[in-house]
Amino acid sequence: MSAIGVIFWKEMTDYFGSRRFLILFIIICLTGISVAYLASQNLQNLSLLPVEFTLLGFFISSAGALPSFTFFVSFFGPLIGIILGFDAISAERSRGTISVVLSQPVFRDSLINGKFLAGLVTIAVMFASIFLIILGLGVWTLGFVPNLAEISRIGVYYLATVVYIGFWLSLGILFSILFRRTSSSALTSIMMWIFFTFFIYMIANVIADQVVPVPAVTTPEVIAKNEAIRRGIMRISPATLFEQIATAVLNPSVRAFGFVTSAQISGLLPTPLPLAQSLMIVWPEFVGLIVLMLICFAVSYVVFMRQEIRSV
Amino acid sequence: MDWIVEINELTKVYNGVKAVDGVNLRIKEGEIFGFLGPNGAGKTTTILMLLGLTEPTSGEVKVFGYNATRNPLEVKKITGYLPENVGFYEDLTARENLAYITRLNRIPSEKSSTKIEEVLQLVGLLEVADKEVGTFSRGMLQRLGIAATLVKEPKLVILDEPTLGIDPEGVEQILNIITKMGKEEKITILLSSHLLHQVQRICDRIGIISQGKIVVEGSVDEVGRKVIGGGTTQIQAQVSELNPALLEAIKKIKGVEEVEASGNFLNIRCNKDLRLEISKAIVENGSFPLLIKTQDYTLEEIYVRYFRER
Repeated sequence: MSAIGVIFWKEMTDYFGSRRFLILFIIICLTGISVAYLASQNLQNLSLLPVEFTLLGFFISSAGALPSFTFFVSFFGPLIGIILGFDAISAERSRGTISVVLSQPVFRDSLINGKFLAGLVTIAVMFASIFLIILGLGVWTLGFVPNLAEISRIGVYYLATVVYIGFWLSLGILFSILFRRTSSSALTSIMMWIFFTFFIYMIANVIADQVVPVPAVTTPEVIAKNEAIRRGIMRISPATLFEQIATAVLNPSVRAFGFVTSAQISGLLPTPLPLAQSLMIVWPEFVGLIVLMLICFAVSYVVFMRQEIRSV
Repeated sequence: MDWIVEINELTKVYNGVKAVDGVNLRIKEGEIFGFLGPNGAGKTTTILMLLGLTEPTSGEVKVFGYNATRNPLEVKKITGYLPENVGFYEDLTARENLAYITRLNRIPSEKSSTKIEEVLQLVGLLEVADKEVGTFSRGMLQRLGIAATLVKEPKLVILDEPTLGIDPEGVEQILNIITKMGKEEKITILLSSHLLHQVQRICDRIGIISQGKIVVEGSVDEVGRKVIGGGTTQIQAQVSELNPALLEAIKKIKGVEEVEASGNFLNIRCNKDLRLEISKAIVENGSFPLLIKTQDYTLEEIYVRYFRER
């Protein structure tokens, strides 16, 4: 087995054996089950979707005060990535294990590659089990077998989820490399999370209103311009990207985002789109999410390769 | 003679400061080499460059003929390294930690389990092998660190401050293990430390580094003569009766540079070991030598003398 493989397996066993993982996993499973259960109690909500896609409703419908599963993932999913990544390197440093590992015949990048892969696989396994729980609950309550279109949409959504959480994992790893102290790394990661999920809305609104003020009486062009700027800024946030992907993939009736004039939708047939067409809508977002994750990882990689190993 | 470590004009600059400045060093097979110097003198930086963990600004390092900067993997395959403040995965047992290291070295598992047993025995941790490392004391961690350098059957072991922050009993154990490694297992050892009497006890040769430069190198005795005596030998003698004629006679011996007398003790500085001639002179002048010996140099003296003069 190559050095990456050895480190990968070691990290995997660490993740799956840790208390941290167990707690996360229980919380997530409970969330998934309760959301799916409440959605099943509220089946009339599911009728928003074309009837052949009823199963997708379990992921996007919200029941009463409880938000949908998709919202939970986009909002709290980052915490999972951060928790798995924030001490990846800094803990090795503070424990003094990093020089022991790197003085073995392994390339330096094996350590960070192994850790990143192990984190990603952990996330994939974690979400695969939640998705299966929700699917199972859905099939059980609805009483019919999911069709291929539903399964493929859920599969794409699953991939997007793993990439999205993977982005936060690589951000956590990046901070664990940049900061010597685990606590600084954790705090900075949390700060980024708060920024991208809360403040980006406010900032986008403020900037859009500053650049293109919308007076009380106005033309659709001004509103459209204002909206375009707001959306442009929001796109920086991986949470926004993920939410758009989720909306387009899980709701086959969604055709466009943002400001749409009535001329654009006149004569539209209210039939569900095929998956490929839905993907076309959010293709840039999907690519953007993958690129964000890879950029974060690439920066970690470069910084780590040039960093001093000395533990003091 | 084959040098297994060759360091040539090695220089490392950090933010414009020369941490290591043109170091030249040779280590031969099977010796225990003591690498001494105050904190921040450049010991650890030199060691990191030796393992290819830090890139030198200029100069080169060769370990068993492999260039450590360009071919660090080959060097790390045959070199065991005990870092300063070594640490292990606290939720794994001692045995599991060592097993992880053998896997990183691609040692087949049927071979590694006996090897792990063997090194744990050597460092005296066999009874606690299945305890989590989190419960270990500093001294035990350090011994586990030494075990970790040995599981890969290295040809060279580098120990960075192996006895720092350890109680005297622990230090004793560690020094015994190191001597055993060197003498019985025939492993070449590079030992960095600033605890002098320990180094003196176990090292064949020493090199002193200060402000990034190797200032003196050789066996403890050679270094002592160079630094303290200015190249001379000190002889101390005690005589039964001290008389002026005796003093004159000793001064006249060829090679004697200076004689000092206090009570019936004589301190004689000469350019070589003249004990025979001196005892003869003492007897011929109606006295008896009660004691006559060349002075031993302790590393502490050398060190203090050297760094006071700076």
